[in-house]
Parts: sequence; structure tokens; C-alpha cells
Amino acid sequence: MNILAMDTSNRALSVAVLSDDRILAEKTTDVNKNHSTTLLPAIDQILKDSHLTSDQIDRFVVAQGPGSYTGLRIGVTTAKTFAFTLHKELVGVSSLASLAGNIRHTNALLVPLFDARRDNVFTGVYQRDDHGQLTNVVSDKHVPVAALIAQLKMLNEDIIFIGTDVAHFAERFRAAFGQQAHFADDEANLPHASELGLLGAQKEAVKDIHAFIPHYLRRTQAENDWLKTHSDKGHQPYVEEV
Amino acid sequence: MESKRELILAFESSCDETSVAVIEDGTKILSNIIATQINSHKRFGGVVPEVASRHHVEYVTRCTEDAMKAANVTYDDLTAVAVTYGPGLVGSLLIGVTAAKTIAYAHHLPLIPVNHMAGHIYAARYVKPLEYPLLALLVSGGHTELVYMKAAGEFEIIGDTRDDAAGEAYDKIGRVLGIPYPAGKEVDRLAHLGHDTFNFPRAMIHEDNDDFSFSGLKSAFINTVHHADQIGEKLSREDLAASFQAAVIDVLVTKTIRVAKRLGIKQLVVAGGVAANQGLRERLAQVVKDEHLDLDVVFPPLRLCGDNGAMVGAAAHIELQKKHFAGLDLNADPSLEFAYAATYQP
Ligand SMILES: Nc1ncnc2c1ncn2[C@@H]1O[C@H](COP(=O)(O)OP(=O)(O)OP(=O)(O)O)[C@@H](O)[C@H]1O
Ligand SMILES: [Mg+2]
Repeated sequence: MNILAMDTSNRALSVAVLSDDRILAEKTTDVNKNHSTTLLPAIDQILKDSHLTSDQIDRFVVAQGPGSYTGLRIGVTTAKTFAFTLHKELVGVSSLASLAGNIRHTNALLVPLFDARRDNVFTGVYQRDDHGQLTNVVSDKHVPVAALIAQLKMLNEDIIFIGTDVAHFAERFRAAFGQQAHFADDEANLPHASELGLLGAQKEAVKDIHAFIPHYLRRTQAENDWLKTHSDKGHQPYVEEV
Repeated sequence: MESKRELILAFESSCDETSVAVIEDGTKILSNIIATQINSHKRFGGVVPEVASRHHVEYVTRCTEDAMKAANVTYDDLTAVAVTYGPGLVGSLLIGVTAAKTIAYAHHLPLIPVNHMAGHIYAARYVKPLEYPLLALLVSGGHTELVYMKAAGEFEIIGDTRDDAAGEAYDKIGRVLGIPYPAGKEVDRLAHLGHDTFNFPRAMIHEDNDDFSFSGLKSAFINTVHHADQIGEKLSREDLAASFQAAVIDVLVTKTIRVAKRLGIKQLVVAGGVAANQGLRERLAQVVKDEHLDLDVVFPPLRLCGDNGAMVGAAAHIELQKKHFAGLDLNADPSLEFAYAATYQP
């Protein structure tokens, strides 16, 4: 099975081509450029490097979130459009799981995170089981950093924090966890679409490609405000073909 | 050998409609699927960009599938893929741009970037062939412009609004009347039931330039309503709507006709969401008749006045002839505008 995997959920961009469990090509960049202009050229390049064309891909794997809303939409729209238009499989993988997957050979808690501003993070807790399989301990969510620290304290295990945004909170993690706090190296802090592709190879393909959307993990401000005084039940369809 | 028909798959997602169309030879609509988000944005009294972007992701492939099916074509039949890349909301534009690029890439088709405002104008192509030089009055949610077209696909702004767009003014005064977003159509309906009794200002109508201004009219309207509220007086909604609409139409029609005469224009295209306005349609027809003008006024069909993929396909047909293609790095350009004419004086 040929897999094309892509991650545009944060500043870094990563794309990879895999054939079964073999990584044929990967390209990862971490420069502040618009993913809209860089994603398809990057895909074109690694497909060419792999001597494949897009219609020879059997499964499109995308980092489904959380992350930057615009970045997620570019990745998800690209992946779902490929799968839809070429009649191929589509799989979404947590952007956080993909980062956690960068760390192998440990049974420490794996805590990937993205800065969500105003002292909040998108994060989840992962761990490798006895077979080395990545498992999800605490599901992905949007939380205040303080709440994450409190929850990790209760788990009372060694922790590896992962992601380029971890630096913003490193002092607080050191203060809270002392010797139990560990930090991933630069290589592991970047998303690698090869890892995303390996995780995506194990998942079931989505049934309804049209309905596939990012895992934003947050409602919009406008909807939150509206819901304070209104009910979301029994409304007319928000979007309708006319 | 029979020549292959030209088929363009066209995407539009600049604001709160996801639309995909299949167009034959720039003149025939094989399908034009429009998914509108109005019921969603009504909740907030206007388009919320992040909400709009999220809805586009939910609908873009659905609309594509429906458009291909309704047109009864396959990807092998297509000549090119076209997409609106600006102006509009950047998050919304990006969904159409991303989907269109991916489909063009996957099926090895050329990609045609289209200016949304060119699309609005070319919606008129479904009524009859356009004859140049022509003048277009572009009246929509975000624009009020007089555009001069020397030839196909060439656009120069010769008059512009200095503040609010006409559609925007409709939506804002509609809000004051308690009409849900977008208010234009309902204000238009009410206007036909009332009379111009309030004599709102006709901004810049006699000024020696081709520009417009609607913020003074909007303020006068809002002040009138608030003042009546304060003294407990009840004003006729119909008369308010009729007075507002009369002021808008007076200015639009007076200035447009003046420019058409000055430039010796034979064909006037009225385009954009506000081109659906019945009052505007009636008045322009009346003036042309009363003054015996040699001016052919073309309005797109109502369904093609608002945002839709068919208009993008018609504009793309011209761009295809000029071989104006984009690469895989095409980006959305939210502030894309036509150039101002060299003679334009703000
Ligand atoms: N019958 C009508 N009379 C007046 N205004 C109308 C009518 N029907 C629709 N409108 C107005 O048209 C506008 C929508 O037009 P359109 O969809 O072309 O705008 P947009 O795409 O938001 O902006 P733009 O095209 O400038 O980017 C709204 O402001 C709406 O109130
Ligand atoms: Mg428009």
C-alpha cells in the first residue's frame, strides 16, 4: 500500500511517501511560510522523488488536529480532496499523536503540546505499551497549562514534553516536576509525516470523506457567545444547497 | 475529427457560499451547485470568518461531487479547473483554492485563477454576448464600483465607493429594522410597499467625479430611527425602506448613466448581489426608455447575482483563451482589486 502523509497543523510542514512500512521520501521544513503556497509543491516533489504519481497513492493520511485552524484546513482539504477525487482511502491522525510517535523505547508519559495562547495549550498524554505501541492515556484537549500540570502531577511518572512550543513553558514544567520532567530534542520536536504515515497505516479509513473535518477542539468565539443565550437544538441546516 | 468541447470546473468560496460549477464553452451552465451558509451566519447578524471557513471544509467535496454528477461529466472530459482566489475572506478563499489546486494536480489539468469581481461581471455572459467597450456597475456586499472594460478580461476602475459598499449599507440599515442578515432582499420587498417620504441625503450625486458614498445615508437612516424611538414615535418600515432605497438608486443610476453617456458606452452590465434589486432594475430600464438612450442594460439572472461557481467559470473561459494559468503555489489574495484607470482621481 502506497501512503502519502501530510502535516500542516503548525508552523512546520511535513510530507512523506511510504510504501507499506518503508519510508520512500520525507520532506520537513520549519520556516514561517504559508502552507497554502508550499504544501502542493512539496507533495509534487516527494512524489517525483518516489517515482510515483498521485493516482498511485492508495491512502492519504493527514494530521487532523489540533493545531492552527488555517493550517489544519489546508491539510485536511488537500487530503480529503485527493481521496475524494481519486477514489482512494482517507485517514486522519491526531497531530499530537504524531509528535508523541517521535519518541521510542521509553515507557515515560509522552506529552506533546502546542501553545494555544493565553496560557492554554492543546495537548494529550500518550505512552508506549509493552509492545512499543503508542497508546492514548488522556485524550487531546484544549486546557490551561495549570490544569495540565495538575493532571500530570496525579499521574506521578516520568514525563517527556514534546514540541517546539514546549520551550515557552519549560521553566514551569521543571519547577513542577523536577527530575521527572524531560524534554525532547530538536529532531523529535518537529512533526515527521513519516511517523504520521506509519500511524495512519494502522487505522481504519474514514467512511464519509465529505464529512471529514479538522479536530479543532474548540468552538469559535462567536458560537460560544451565541450559545450562552440560544439553543443549538432543532435548528434549520446551517448550510444548504439552494 | 470532432473538436473537444471546452469544459471548466469552477470553484467559488470567497465568502459564505461554497459553489462548484461545470461550464461549457464559457456560455453554457451544465451545473451550478450553491451551498449557502446564510442560516448559520444569521445567528450572528453577519458573516463570522472562522465559522465560514469551517463550513467550506464540510461542503467543498460534496459540492464538487454534485456538480460533476449534475453535469454528467468525468474528470477526463475537463479542460481546466478555475477558482476564485480573491478578493474575499482569506480563510474562505483558501478552501476553494486548496480544493481546486488539488483536483487540477491530481488530474493533470491547468489551473485558472479568477478575480471574484470579474466573475460577478461575467455572470452577464449567460444572458448574451458582451460587447466592448462596456461599462459595469458592480454592486455587492463588499464593492460599489464602476468598471470600464476596453476588451474581454480587461478591467479598470473608474469610480468607487469612498466608504461603505451598497450591499453593506442595505445589511446595516436592515439590521436596524430587525431584518436578519443579509437584509437586501427584504429591504427591497418592503421598499416596494412604501413611499420615499424621508428624503435621505443623496451623497455626491452632483459632484464632478464618478465615486459613491453610502455612510452618510446609513447614518441619516439610523439617526432617524433612533430619534423616533426616543420620542416614542412609530415610523413606517415600508416608507423607511422605500426612502433608503430611493436614495441608493438615485445615486447609482444618476452617476452610472452620466458615465455611460460621457464614454459613449453601448452596453452596461449591472452585477453583484445588489444587482438582484428590483428597484434598481426597474429604474435603470425606465431611464433608458425615458431618455431614449442607445444603451443595452444587462442584468444577470437572479440566481447568478450572488456568489456562484458559474460566474467564475464564465470569467475563466476568457482567462483560458489568454492562457493565464497559475502554479501549485497559488495563494488566496483577500485584497485583490482591479487596477484604477490612469485617469481616476479620488
Ligand atoms: N434584492 C436586493 N436588493 C439589495 N441588495 C441585495 C438584494 N439581494 C441581495 N442583496 C445584497 O447583496 C449582497 C451580497 O452580494 P454578494 O454575494 O455579491 O456580496 P459579497 O460576495 O459578500 O461581496 P463581494 O462580491 O463584494 O466580495 C448583500 O449585501 C445583500 O444584502
Ligand atoms: Mg460576491
